[in-house]
Amino acid sequence: MKKHLKNYMWVILFVIFSVGSYFVGFKPGLVIYSNFNEFFIEMISFIPFLFIIIGLFDVWLPKEMLEKHIGRESGAKGIFLVILLAMLQAGPLYGAFPVAYILDKKGASVRNIFIYLGAFSSMKLPMLGIEIGYLGIKYTILRTLISLPLFIFVGFLMEKIVGSDFKVEEVKA
Amino acid sequence: MVFSNTFIFGLLTGISLLLSFILDREKTVLGLKKGGKMLFNILHPFLNILILISIVLFFIPDSLIVHYLGANSGWYGFGIAAFVGSITLIPGFISYPLAATLLNEGATYAVVAVFMTTMMMVGIVTLPLEIKYFGRKAAIARNVLNLIAAIIIGIFMGWLM
Repeated sequence: MKKHLKNYMWVILFVIFSVGSYFVGFKPGLVIYSNFNEFFIEMISFIPFLFIIIGLFDVWLPKEMLEKHIGRESGAKGIFLVILLAMLQAGPLYGAFPVAYILDKKGASVRNIFIYLGAFSSMKLPMLGIEIGYLGIKYTILRTLISLPLFIFVGFLMEKIVGSDFKVEEVKA
Repeated sequence: MVFSNTFIFGLLTGISLLLSFILDREKTVLGLKKGGKMLFNILHPFLNILILISIVLFFIPDSLIVHYLGANSGWYGFGIAAFVGSITLIPGFISYPLAATLLNEGATYAVVAVFMTTMMMVGIVTLPLEIKYFGRKAAIARNVLNLIAAIIIGIFMGWLM
């Protein structure tokens, strides 16, 4: 309970600030609230749906199944699977580093590890959903189609730069 | 805009839910629980960022954004976007409201694409952590290559949108 209270501290303060602004007629407060209200309605109009879809994806496509097929001799199929695996993840890029270590340990090729990072940073499904919601389907499709060959290329380039016997270090938290 | 989003996502969700429910009732419930939990986890950072944007937007006039990130900002706008995007650490998917706001206020698609892409793919703040995992050479190479990729993405997006 205390943790939730701390998490929502800013939200609570903002509600108090908005209600206060309303009662004393503080103009800037009202403008800020109406900004927020617009953003909030926009968000609530599609984000909950998005997370239902993400949850369903999670149960129907277990990630462990994919991890088995991304080894050193995996070729185009390996690239495809590693991108699919990355698309099913969520969270910031630094959350992908420990996964890169696990992929390396499981025998993924160097290029597939870096292609994973590329796909993770630019093609995660939850993120694409939010991107469509905020920037439109055309933007999302174009950006994805331009990014895809670029980060596959970066993966190959990285393998050239660091060599194919490159190892990811384990970092203990 | 708001209505069409609700319609598209609602329709897609409805069809997926129905299909999933017919195929496996238990899995569907589990999926709903997982989705709900993930939603709950991002809710407070998401609300915080919306509050922050609402406040900042009050203080920054549109003209300023247009001047620095708009159609006439050229390479200068690209530079600002790439720099800010590379150092900031807003998780990719809660920065979209910010991107949409910048577009609304007059920033170009090219600049927004550079900003968003560097934000997602280049991490100066997390570089020390990345070096621990990949070593100095690989971490720096990855960030530099992604920065170049981000600028290429920006140029194409500006041209195509």
